[in-house]
Amino acid sequence: MNDVLIDLKNLTFLYDGEKVLDDLSLQIRDKEFVTLLGPSGCGKTTTLRIIGGFLTPHSGDVFFDGKRMNDIPPHKREVNTVFQRYALFPHLNVYDNVAFGLKVKKLPKAEIHKRVTEMLETVNLGGFEKRNVSQLSGGQQQRVAIARALVNYPKVLLLDEPLGALDLKLRKEMQLELKRIQQQLEITFVYVTHDQEEALTMSDTVVVMQDGVIQQVGSPQDIYNEPQNAFVADFIGESNIYDGIMLKDCLVKFAGVILPCVDKGFRRNQPVDLVIRPEDIKFVDPAETDLTGTVTSVIFKGVHYEMEVMVNDLLWVVHSTAAKTVGETVGLAVDPFDIHIMEKMFATDKNYVDGEVVEENTVEFLGVQFERENLGLPVGEKVSLVIDPEDIEVVSEDISDATVYLESLIYKGAYNELIIWLNETELILHSQNDEQVATDIGVKFDFDKIEIKPFAGDGEAGE
Amino acid sequence: MKKLVSYPYILWMLVFIIVPLFFVAYSAFTNDAGNFTTVNFTSIAKYTPVFLKSLWLAVISTVICLLIAYPLAFILSRKSPRSQGMLIMLVMLPMWINFLLRTYAWMTLLENEGLINKFLELLGFGTVQMINTQGAVVLGMVYNYLPFMVLPLYSIMCKIEPSVLEAAQDLGAGRFQTIFRVILPLSRTGILTGVIMVFVPSVSTFAISRMLGGGSNMLIGDLIEEQFLGGAYNPNVGSALSLILMVVILIIIGVTNTFDSDEMEGMLV
Repeated sequence: MNDVLIDLKNLTFLYDGEKVLDDLSLQIRDKEFVTLLGPSGCGKTTTLRIIGGFLTPHSGDVFFDGKRMNDIPPHKREVNTVFQRYALFPHLNVYDNVAFGLKVKKLPKAEIHKRVTEMLETVNLGGFEKRNVSQLSGGQQQRVAIARALVNYPKVLLLDEPLGALDLKLRKEMQLELKRIQQQLEITFVYVTHDQEEALTMSDTVVVMQDGVIQQVGSPQDIYNEPQNAFVADFIGESNIYDGIMLKDCLVKFAGVILPCVDKGFRRNQPVDLVIRPEDIKFVDPAETDLTGTVTSVIFKGVHYEMEVMVNDLLWVVHSTAAKTVGETVGLAVDPFDIHIMEKMFATDKNYVDGEVVEENTVEFLGVQFERENLGLPVGEKVSLVIDPEDIEVVSEDISDATVYLESLIYKGAYNELIIWLNETELILHSQNDEQVATDIGVKFDFDKIEIKPFAGDGEAGE
Repeated sequence: MKKLVSYPYILWMLVFIIVPLFFVAYSAFTNDAGNFTTVNFTSIAKYTPVFLKSLWLAVISTVICLLIAYPLAFILSRKSPRSQGMLIMLVMLPMWINFLLRTYAWMTLLENEGLINKFLELLGFGTVQMINTQGAVVLGMVYNYLPFMVLPLYSIMCKIEPSVLEAAQDLGAGRFQTIFRVILPLSRTGILTGVIMVFVPSVSTFAISRMLGGGSNMLIGDLIEEQFLGGAYNPNVGSALSLILMVVILIIIGVTNTFDSDEMEGMLV
């Protein structure tokens, strides 16, 4: 099965010294509808622009039909792009916009006319030929942009958040229409979006990205039902994500209860993340279950009620068509195959970092210094530090000990688990506040609580 | 209220534009005694070569300004906002100094004993006649009027979205195709404005031709000045010359504008 059309190999792209793409590899098959999905700043648009030829990767290769394309300029590539804000030519009417690519290629007039007319029919814009593009609605401009790209019969169509500017109803219509066009013309679509619902609706394959790294590649069903990690679970659909411990194969302890599940292959007593979708939780008689709690909020969502239930100090979000009342005591049940176990994104439950005594009673780690009375260690001595996630606090940058890059934030039922980067080292911390991911934030350490141990070698100090 | 505010401006235009125009027209069609005559117009047929020369030099200056300003404006418009501000200031900087002073500076540079000739002598080229030539006049006009070409072009090019140029590339257009199919049509109004802004003052200039062109390069502007302030004192002929120059300019602007279509501007917004 050698129908790989686009092959991205180990792409790295830097912007202002920061890694936007980090060793990204991806294969896109012929006639496939692939969606690059992720929050803003995850590198999805950069990937698309590299395929289109508007950006050159700093390292890595782009293969197209087996040929290396790195140095081929955009106008010589067999791909066409639908730009974020359409980028129609304001001085040309609908017909001339669509005909642009064919006129550039100096095709015979009759052929141009035939193809443009055909393509305008395909996008339901027959009869709009003479219209000025500025007189069109957003949805119509969108169709012109799609026709303008597709009329060149590209092997691949790149779409950069093409529906972002449309309102919800129109967006849903256009989603189905794009899917129809893709199937009708049998062209490979590479689609960039941050809207997970859009990705699930249209794609054959979804590529979930975060921070320039692919988190998971799979069919919409795979991505939704078997998320690889807490980030994917959190980003796709709604979910309850908790810390758990795998007691043994098919048995997990979390939220103060022990429940059977269907996952195998984890170490005994391995800490894991687990995800339960709100629609997979059922209400049962409180007497029949260990999972009992109090309803704290009920919101009507149209198709279902969204209810929040406090169970052993953990918040459970439950979707059900049966409404409960706030304050009611309820029992919850989950089928074993609806509990999805995932490797933790952060390997350990605490932060283990190396430090060094730089002055008497002063320790430095990752560029941060703190004092500890009666340290009793000579200057130059290396030490290992253990920092509890609870002992790092998010504060405003002007009173912080360090400015860090917030990579991910996931709600764990009682607190947010944040993964941050400080001097190229990942740290984990717990916070009650929401922060914007993919931005810089300030953190403050509770230095008195940092545990200082004898140096245990490079990397993790271990237990 | 709105009307009231506009009165001073209407009055201003009446007193300083409409009424003087009327005087010029009156003077052009009368003689010393104040009787109607067309002799002022028939007598200036001999100046036709001066007219043609003025138009020719203005055309050359305008074309040179356009050739310099067009790429410059495009490059400027693609820079980061910060460097754009700084570079535009550099373009405008000479305009902060009085026009006559700037032209005097060129005189001292271009003179036979001037800085440039001294440098050329050092290199062994000998003295080159630069001052009092048509080339010096064109240079003076290009130097003085270049900002008037750059600014309208720059402001229109800032409105061309980078993504539109990328779209052209994406659709197979190379550099030249992108310029001719996208950038030129989208900057047409800027070109027209710039051309008028440079051509009109160039065709009627007199100081530049006087200072850099010497007596041998008389232009219409000089001719008109002669009739009012110089030895050939004859305000009636001067008025007739002014009137003809004005008509010629109006015709040229009119012709230029027919290349323009007002739908363009609406689309760029």
